[in-house]
Amino acid sequence: MTDAVSAVVSIGFHGVAFAMVLYLISVGLGVTMGLMGFVNLAHGVFAAAGGYVMTTLFNDEGVPFPLAVAIAAILVGSVSIVLERALYRRFYGGDELDQVLLTIAIVFIAIAGAKYIWGSEQAPMHPPHYLAGQIELGGRDFPAYRTFIIGAGAVLVTLLWLGLDRTRLGAKIRAAVDNRRMAQSVGINTSGLFSFTFALGTGLAALGGALGAEILPVFPGYPLDNLIFFLIVVAVGGLGTIRGPFFAALLLGVADTAFKYLLPEFGSFFIYALTLVILLVRPRGLFGQIGRA
Amino acid sequence: MSDTPLPSVATTSVRDRPLPEAVRRLARRHHPRVYEALPWLLATAGYFAFPDYRQLGAQVFIAILFALATDLILGYAGVITLGQAAFFGSGAYFCGILSAHGWSEPLSLLIAGAAAAAAVGFLSGFVVLRTTGLTQLMLTLIVAVMLGEAANKATGLTGGANGLQGMEIAPIFGVFELDLYGRTAYCYCLVLLFLGWLAVRTLIYSPFGRSLTGIRESEARMRAIGSPVFRRRLTAYVISAALCGVAGALLAETTQLVALDTLSFERSGAVVIMLIIGGVGRLYGAFLGVPIYMILQDRFAQADPTYWYFWIGVFLLLIVLFARGGIIGLVERGARLIRPRRRSVSTPGSENIG
Repeated sequence: MTDAVSAVVSIGFHGVAFAMVLYLISVGLGVTMGLMGFVNLAHGVFAAAGGYVMTTLFNDEGVPFPLAVAIAAILVGSVSIVLERALYRRFYGGDELDQVLLTIAIVFIAIAGAKYIWGSEQAPMHPPHYLAGQIELGGRDFPAYRTFIIGAGAVLVTLLWLGLDRTRLGAKIRAAVDNRRMAQSVGINTSGLFSFTFALGTGLAALGGALGAEILPVFPGYPLDNLIFFLIVVAVGGLGTIRGPFFAALLLGVADTAFKYLLPEFGSFFIYALTLVILLVRPRGLFGQIGRA
Repeated sequence: MSDTPLPSVATTSVRDRPLPEAVRRLARRHHPRVYEALPWLLATAGYFAFPDYRQLGAQVFIAILFALATDLILGYAGVITLGQAAFFGSGAYFCGILSAHGWSEPLSLLIAGAAAAAAVGFLSGFVVLRTTGLTQLMLTLIVAVMLGEAANKATGLTGGANGLQGMEIAPIFGVFELDLYGRTAYCYCLVLLFLGWLAVRTLIYSPFGRSLTGIRESEARMRAIGSPVFRRRLTAYVISAALCGVAGALLAETTQLVALDTLSFERSGAVVIMLIIGGVGRLYGAFLGVPIYMILQDRFAQADPTYWYFWIGVFLLLIVLFARGGIIGLVERGARLIRPRRRSVSTPGSENIG
């Protein structure tokens, strides 16, 4: 009995930690796809970049961990604006296949670039000493770093939701997601808004990639290997929602952890099956408002 | 475009006055053109010119057949798919499993592979085609990766990560043995590619093919004129799947090995990339895109084994920035530059398709 309880607690704990990382990475993808109708297969590149920048700063340059994470997010977010202005922008509202090819090209270049700069090996990730080891909560031991991820994720998600619900900028973004042409007509600068939202999304992805480097190891093939997970979160959560992907990430994170714990030999088979069933019953995702990508 | 056969449109108006140019173009658009012989002449010449590359040539033909079949649903039915490997792999595995259990006649194995892939296409098409956009893309992807995981798990049947081995393939027609130098394989694959191309070509110029294009261009209008949209798409999906299955079975027969990568996401992605390079929804997109991509990949991988991804990426970036519509689109724009005064009905054989 106690075994079963501890298994459930352990699955829930690790699942939620994984879910936080998945959500931070994927929320920007959902917004880009919902807001701009852009099939962005290169989103994982930004998460990987965040992980690489953070581990380099933290391991090699001795930058304090929180600062390294913040720099990674801000740096990736700013660089992504250049990419958005130079490349992505040309393809808004265009042919989806062109978007697929563009973003796959970016993934290929990024994979080779990562190999060139950081080598083929996995970027080493050791939590800072004050987050290493175990902490005791309610009579059980939990890995301190994952507890920190859950806490930090919860804080970030709350901030993000509050920001979108309570600020003027958030209202503009919601307006543009709901009805872009109407938003333009009432004088919202949607073009500037796109750039900002894109940078916010990639910054969050970098944050997720940096914080989650211990759960999703950072290596050159990262953007391609994890792409399916990010897409599942967005598709199951539904396009054009901010909250949808959160619950999708929770479901996916916990279910994946459970399946890998209980039936490790089947790999990700059941996660795919689960996604298939959910999309069958709810083709627009659990909380989707936009029918067409 | 309705289901009414084109000639009947022609016969009603032919009595009173000469047909308008556009109608006449439409009526003879399916006539073979001289340049259409070019790929086959090149392929035949290639057999004699590059005897050392016959094995590779056979692989290229298989990839072209795969891309041609994919174009049927990507370019004509307008389904954005990232899971075509599901059909390629099912064809390859079914053919391989049968042959490892002692069924060695190659042509019937191809049919078996096609049937298996068509079954997968029918079942998954029911699900996939009811959705649109991101959900559709996800479902195609998920069907393929699920099959991949299943093949990986069912080691008793598929050999799992080691690949399926122990295939025995009898000589074709009991005469032509699949030899080490790829002589038979080259001709065998070329003939099947030709048959596949003939089938696809006939299909896209048929009223059925025109209605597919219509659905891609405007689903709502096709519904409004009473076209059974879902059934048409499903039919195209199953035909495409069956042809992909033939390509997969061909690969299994000519290499006598089936590995998990036949079902991989990389294969699904690569075929779409190759099609976009050549030109999507254009009969000859596959014939241009596949060899260009495969040759470039081979060259880059030899010149720079570590970073060849980079060069492929740069190449794709150049294509998408400067050659929208792929190589065919580029050629057409070039032709229009040379002959700018052409009348606006656009280039023959390309109206509405591209």
